[in-house]
Amino acid sequence: MSEDTFPDSKGRFGVYGGRYVAETLVPALDELDKQYKIIKTDKNFLNNFRKDLSDYVGRPSPLYFAKRWTEVLGGAKVYLKREDLNHTGAHKINNTVGQILLAKHMGKKRIIAETGAGQHGVASATVAARHGLECVVYMGEEDINRQSLNVFRMKLLGAKVVGVSSGTRTLKDAMNEAMRDWVTNVDDTYYIIGSVAGPHPYPLIVRDFNAVVGEEVIEQSKKEIGKSPDVLVACVGGGSNALGLFYPFIQSKDVRLIGVEAGGLGLSTGKHAAPLNDGKEGVLHGMRTYLMQDESGQIMETHSLSAGLDYPGVGPEHAWLKDTGRAEYVVANDDEALESFKELTKTEGIMPALESAHALAYVKKLAPTMEPDQTIVVNVSGRGDKDIDTVASIEGIRL
Amino acid sequence: MSRIKKKFDELASKDKKALITYIVAGDPDLETTIKIMNVMVEEGADIIEVGIPFSDPMAEGVSIQKGHERALQNKTTLQDSLDLISSFRASNQATPVVFMGYMNPFESMGAKEFCKSASEKGVDGMLIVDMPPEESSEFSREAKENSLDVIRLIAPTTNLSRVKEICNLSSGYIYYISVKGITGANDLDSEDVKEKVKLLTKETNLPIAIGFGIKDAESALSLKDIADGIVVGSVFVELIGKGGDVVKNIASKTSELSTAIKS
Repeated sequence: MSEDTFPDSKGRFGVYGGRYVAETLVPALDELDKQYKIIKTDKNFLNNFRKDLSDYVGRPSPLYFAKRWTEVLGGAKVYLKREDLNHTGAHKINNTVGQILLAKHMGKKRIIAETGAGQHGVASATVAARHGLECVVYMGEEDINRQSLNVFRMKLLGAKVVGVSSGTRTLKDAMNEAMRDWVTNVDDTYYIIGSVAGPHPYPLIVRDFNAVVGEEVIEQSKKEIGKSPDVLVACVGGGSNALGLFYPFIQSKDVRLIGVEAGGLGLSTGKHAAPLNDGKEGVLHGMRTYLMQDESGQIMETHSLSAGLDYPGVGPEHAWLKDTGRAEYVVANDDEALESFKELTKTEGIMPALESAHALAYVKKLAPTMEPDQTIVVNVSGRGDKDIDTVASIEGIRL
Repeated sequence: MSRIKKKFDELASKDKKALITYIVAGDPDLETTIKIMNVMVEEGADIIEVGIPFSDPMAEGVSIQKGHERALQNKTTLQDSLDLISSFRASNQATPVVFMGYMNPFESMGAKEFCKSASEKGVDGMLIVDMPPEESSEFSREAKENSLDVIRLIAPTTNLSRVKEICNLSSGYIYYISVKGITGANDLDSEDVKEKVKLLTKETNLPIAIGFGIKDAESALSLKDIADGIVVGSVFVELIGKGGDVVKNIASKTSELSTAIKS
């Protein structure tokens, strides 16, 4: 069976994925699966989705040749896929414009979402505002503290931001709380999951709505580079920006796919968020995947400078791409990401999100080992404005 | 005959309903858990569901979430919970014990090892909240091999064809979730529950227990005529959270509920 027929009808990518939820949600997921199958081939829906991507999100996002940074690195040519230029400043909007149409198609009145860095929360609040739907965003209290700008943006957009104080008070706990809300309000509520994670069919839906990123790169690289890129690089938290870029290339076996996880303070310290590099198989948030867990199966606290990568699991399709060897997964540590954040800002005048800076940090290592006639496309999944407070406080500066 | 079946048969012969009580293993510590289990039995609990602590208990309301957190502060593991049942069985051979938890700690131990050990230590059944039938083949097989009952959830949202499928795969008893929501929810609609459970009785010969939104003697009373058992959890875990003489407080709450259900 070829890779692009995955997941199977039970939502499995090899042994990963599936649907590990309490019975109350099974019928809701069945219904979602059924409705998604209907709309994904519906001309009217596809037209609306494409029109929203172009007129509201501002797609296609450019494929930009980073000439100065390429010169600094001295090796392969580096192209940036500019998802940071999307409306709301990240790739997350691609998925939410799709899912809100699905929510409306299903007659839902209320939107809920979880968020880590706040980008998915903002993207959900944005589309909810546009369609006049009530929106509640769950966010860990730890993340609320480090992403206050996005919290205020969500409030301005009319969303209610609910702080989550249980567990580690980060993204995973926000997702638990969103699930609890959904199970309680399942009749009128649509849960927009923000990554290629969660129970089937979410990993499939979120991947499909983000695949526009890779589809554009196929066209753009023909035009800009004259051939396929040699390597695609993207950061991986849950993994939606990476899968959006990788998915249309999965059959193009000569294109290397490299996902970069958050190495935090370093893999050997245990303080990181890199389940594909240093986790093991388990079940969380409705899916079977690689997880950061202790020897008795408790989910561990993760660490990353970037709230958007601070998650102990990863989308099941990535777990499977790792096992099959189709994609490679590496890490970049906090300090490396920070250095690349600064370097790209200074050499190209582009300030990347700290999440995306992890991908850039790996490019910084990889490009010099490659030839000048080779190309790397790296996904700048979001812009860095939201991270200015974090970066300033590391430097001891109070804004 | 399994302890669970024996217990329900015995109650049925006296035309009584089962009081099923829930607490989290290791909340507030393992020593107290065993004392709580013993007084629950003394005061009329028929079956005990022992919650297995998990870092991400997604179907639980705040009260039980806190119970899990307290148990994890003591680093209570699935292995500890199994050992707890060994100790409990030293003085109690009659009361059925069901492990209720989330998939990952069970997965981490492995289906085979868990089921074998659970059966040896005297656990009678398991209810894994995030393991719907589609994802349960390995645990079902190992459970069967080790004579453990697999208790499954049926929700207000479950349609008839799934109800049939779930009933076919269940053993011990059926756990009907009385609310759309999480444990300890407030919006119990006993009329709706009655209707759904009536339909359910046509699909299974297994005993039916009702749980999730039952907070007090009054709500237990309103449902006891339609079910074979009533599950009460959040109330007990909340009492543990309040501190004080936890064992005594739980004893009197158990007695109150038992009196209501057995009346």
